[in-house]
Amino acid sequence: MSVTLQPFKARLNKPGAQVEKTTIAETRTDRIFLIGIKIMLTVALIAVLIPLIYVVANSFSSASAVSGGRVFLWPVEPSLRAYREALSDPQILKGYYNSLIYAVGGTFISVTLTIAIAYPLSRKTFFGRNVIMSVLLFTMLFSGGLIPTYLVVQDLGLLNTRWAMVIPSAIGVWQVIIARTFFRSTIPDDLYEAAVLDGASDLRFLWSVVLPLSKPVIAVIALMYAIFQWNTYFDALVYLKDPGLYPLQIVLRNILILNSTTGSASDVAQQLERQQLANVLKYALIVISSLPVLLIYPFIARHFTKGVMVGAVKG
Amino acid sequence: MSGTIEVKPAPPAPVVKQAAAATTRIRRPSRWTEARHSFRRHWQLYLLIIIPLAYFVIFKYIPISNAVIAFKNYSPIKGPWGSDWVGFKNFELFFQNPVFWTLVKNTFLLAAYTVLASFPIPIILAVALNEIRQGFFKKTVQLVTYAPYFISTVVVVSMTILVLSPRIGFVDDAIGLFGIPSIDFLGDPNYFRHIYVWSDVWQTTGYSAVIYLAALAGIDPALHESAKIDGASRIRRIMHVDLPGIMPTAVIILVLGVGNIMSIGFEKAFLLQNPLNLAQSEIIATYVYKTGLLNADFSMATAVGLFNSVINLFLLLGVNFAAKRITGNGLWS
Repeated sequence: MSVTLQPFKARLNKPGAQVEKTTIAETRTDRIFLIGIKIMLTVALIAVLIPLIYVVANSFSSASAVSGGRVFLWPVEPSLRAYREALSDPQILKGYYNSLIYAVGGTFISVTLTIAIAYPLSRKTFFGRNVIMSVLLFTMLFSGGLIPTYLVVQDLGLLNTRWAMVIPSAIGVWQVIIARTFFRSTIPDDLYEAAVLDGASDLRFLWSVVLPLSKPVIAVIALMYAIFQWNTYFDALVYLKDPGLYPLQIVLRNILILNSTTGSASDVAQQLERQQLANVLKYALIVISSLPVLLIYPFIARHFTKGVMVGAVKG
Repeated sequence: MSGTIEVKPAPPAPVVKQAAAATTRIRRPSRWTEARHSFRRHWQLYLLIIIPLAYFVIFKYIPISNAVIAFKNYSPIKGPWGSDWVGFKNFELFFQNPVFWTLVKNTFLLAAYTVLASFPIPIILAVALNEIRQGFFKKTVQLVTYAPYFISTVVVVSMTILVLSPRIGFVDDAIGLFGIPSIDFLGDPNYFRHIYVWSDVWQTTGYSAVIYLAALAGIDPALHESAKIDGASRIRRIMHVDLPGIMPTAVIILVLGVGNIMSIGFEKAFLLQNPLNLAQSEIIATYVYKTGLLNADFSMATAVGLFNSVINLFLLLGVNFAAKRITGNGLWS
């Protein structure tokens, strides 16, 4: 259809006109409508951006300017003091270190287990796959609740250990669905038949054929798990008591929301300074803790979306 | 065989059916033979699935069986199954507790408000994005609105608190321009729901819009073409092509949203809570945490949690049923 319309398209294609498949001239209402939409999107853009810029601007400002509420979208009396303070705080560094361990270790365990269940469930020859799938799906609808799960973790002796951060939330049903759908739609049965003829076992086939072909989906579920681990605080709140094991998010909560500052001040002037520093420190902490995720996010956003879409296709 | 059918004009269908059944009986082995066969040939797959399956049994199904302590007086020494039965005592105590209605009301209103606000806004964003050309502006809007989704709840809540704090935050300056005096947003229970919902909208709109954008991309361009040729304006095309096109997706998301209305997240409500706004910010999830882990009343906390889970399950099934009846789309279609 677009072929036949080419000449018209060329004739009507004056600068500023919408280039679309058919080129029926835009009416005035449409053009006004489009401008309205653009204004709306700009407002949305600004609404999302302002808080983010506000935080960054504050984090680079001096303590007194922040406490006086004088900073909006540009640093006032630029200073890096907050970052120096934050990055030299042993509590924060420990939290960062712990979070890294949980994110890396937890992601490794989660991805391994997810593939171990998603792959068999994707195979038509696997007997009982529908029953097992319903068993998994049911856990999305109904759960025993906080305390009964806590009792299990307690009985297994995981309380107050690093394992409590990675084991109880190891497998996400959603991720299993995503991986299974991917395996099912991209690994043809013929490939398996061919591998069997060459003498490959199921595990060999999974390791040497399926996994190399599934790098995109493995990346997606790994990122989902990693970001979840980095951002969550609930398991730590419930299962950990030893501050040495706290992930960054718990440390952040203590400093940012519960206002528990480190160190004590003797005289009033010092106390006031500490108070002011605590404010700017909060902004710096927000930047420091969110930076790793926000830096990699633009590169993974597209894959992330794709992964979500794969999972959304039912079947 | 066909000869027999031709000779006998009597109903041919049953004969054919019987024959078909007979052949399938011969060709297809019984389910158990099939299972044995599959097990022998693919034992490695069954080996592979043992650990993940054990995970689900241990961390999902044993907790469900542990929930029996809701009907017991849990004693740590006797364990969940050894403790003494008390029947529905814990539930009765909870229902009689003056806090019961407040909790249910707070949970329900908070969740309903969240669904109401965070359902239509991503659709509007997606439709708007879909109207403009591919290019720098579109990409920027998408990338920026998507970003807050990757920020942790702790950070979003602290940002909210900082932005809204009297004297320091910019919201205070902004309302000051209109001559409104400082408001302690977090100290006033009446603002809690608005803060919760709108910070949620800020965080998740871009992410939720992605799903609708994909659905919009899946609409047959021929529909738009013909609508254009028929002289349909942009607004009309949105109303009659785009919106019906994303209907199935929207229904599923709404069903999930309404169905999970009582299981609204613990994480954020707990963080936004303070002694001053507790009147509206105490929801079932935070109450369970406090009763169970801070006051160590395991049985009561489990009963409250179980009550919530059951309500939620019925709500989900009910909404799904209704959606299927009305629109033909549901979770298990």
